[in-house]
Amino acid sequence: MSDAAGTITAREAGLVACTRCTRVWPAGTARCGRCGKQLVSRDTHSLSRVWAWWVAGVLCYIPANLYPMLRTRMLFTTSDDTIVQGAIELATHGAPVVALIILVASVAIPLGKFAAIAWLAISVRRGSRATPQARHRLYEIVEYIGRWSMIDVFVVAILTALVQLNLAASIKPGPAALAFALSVIFTMLSAQAFDPRLIWDRAKDDTRARAARA
Amino acid sequence: MHSTDVAQADPGDLIACPQCDALYRARMPEHGSRAVCARCHTVLIAPRRRAGMIIIALAAAQLVLVLGAVWFPFLRISRQGFANEATLLDAALSFTGGPLLLLSLAVTALIVLVPLARAVLTIYVLGPLVFDRPAPPGALRLFAFAEALRPWSMAEIFALGCAVALVKVADLAHLSFGPAFWMFAGLVFLTVIHDRWMCRWSVWQALERGYGARKAQVAA
Repeated sequence: MSDAAGTITAREAGLVACTRCTRVWPAGTARCGRCGKQLVSRDTHSLSRVWAWWVAGVLCYIPANLYPMLRTRMLFTTSDDTIVQGAIELATHGAPVVALIILVASVAIPLGKFAAIAWLAISVRRGSRATPQARHRLYEIVEYIGRWSMIDVFVVAILTALVQLNLAASIKPGPAALAFALSVIFTMLSAQAFDPRLIWDRAKDDTRARAARA
Repeated sequence: MHSTDVAQADPGDLIACPQCDALYRARMPEHGSRAVCARCHTVLIAPRRRAGMIIIALAAAQLVLVLGAVWFPFLRISRQGFANEATLLDAALSFTGGPLLLLSLAVTALIVLVPLARAVLTIYVLGPLVFDRPAPPGALRLFAFAEALRPWSMAEIFALGCAVALVKVADLAHLSFGPAFWMFAGLVFLTVIHDRWMCRWSVWQALERGYGARKAQVAA
């Protein structure tokens, strides 16, 4: 079955589904009798929570890019590197692949995630020409890939623990590390707050409206 | 999966896609094959033969690897006669002082505590079920908690972080992997297999039955 017309949702059948353990209960049941999760047929507050976490994530992402992530102290020199500066330095020192990993994980993924979540949340309200399949796929990608942004924070942690070579070299974390970690965590919470069932409801409503007009 | 006459069926026989709310009559697919939502292609049921035993064994191995990875050094560095080794705990607790302490706690949780908790919870919840015993107290709550922890377990991301760190300081000093790094790599591998073998629907179903058995035992 490729089209949504043949399927019936739990809500249309007068039932409410548990999103944690997939058990189905009669509509109006307050808690899942199996796993104890609170049951809501559609999470109506979902979008406000999505936007709240989203704003928090974006706000943290700004200082994460402006302040230094790493403070490297060598014998006579000290250098402060922001995320982008660190990546550029890697690229010029003959490690373009690693520079690319850092740029993708710390710049492309977070920015792409902000855009994707915002678009999904808006399209649920306003409707969209993109198929629900495509939007659902995008949602899955965002959920899966968001965690990988944490890699830069881990690299800073590893380097800080490791590079303590007395006078020769030492590395310390900068304030951006905290801001960046918070940004990743907030964006993950934003994606988790989104109720993907809204995508499919909206798509079905749109199809029906189009059929009525024709 | 079929969605015909689901409206008349007993809710206990149905399964709703957690992602898009499509309703189906739950039917166990053949071992090794999977039941997938027709609308959004979320995997709903994916049973495997002897999965319980394998998952328990994997969880036990994960437990050993996490504990080992915490105590042994995972990276070694040397430059101009100075040398240093870092264990996982060193890395996790490297952000000291002020608000960065918060980050230390978060990193410790993400790379050590969460994977550890998931392994322990898996053994505690599924162990009795595999050996046909009634579900242990609080099993449903604890399994739900273990499931909620899943996206926050970041061992594999940390492992890739090690590799990036290695390249990053390559021209600064000489770096080499310690035993804990390989334990960590093994952990990542096991976690991936663990998630592939775990059929959540089957576990919930078994826990529900196990709870019935437990109630019967208490009543008798």
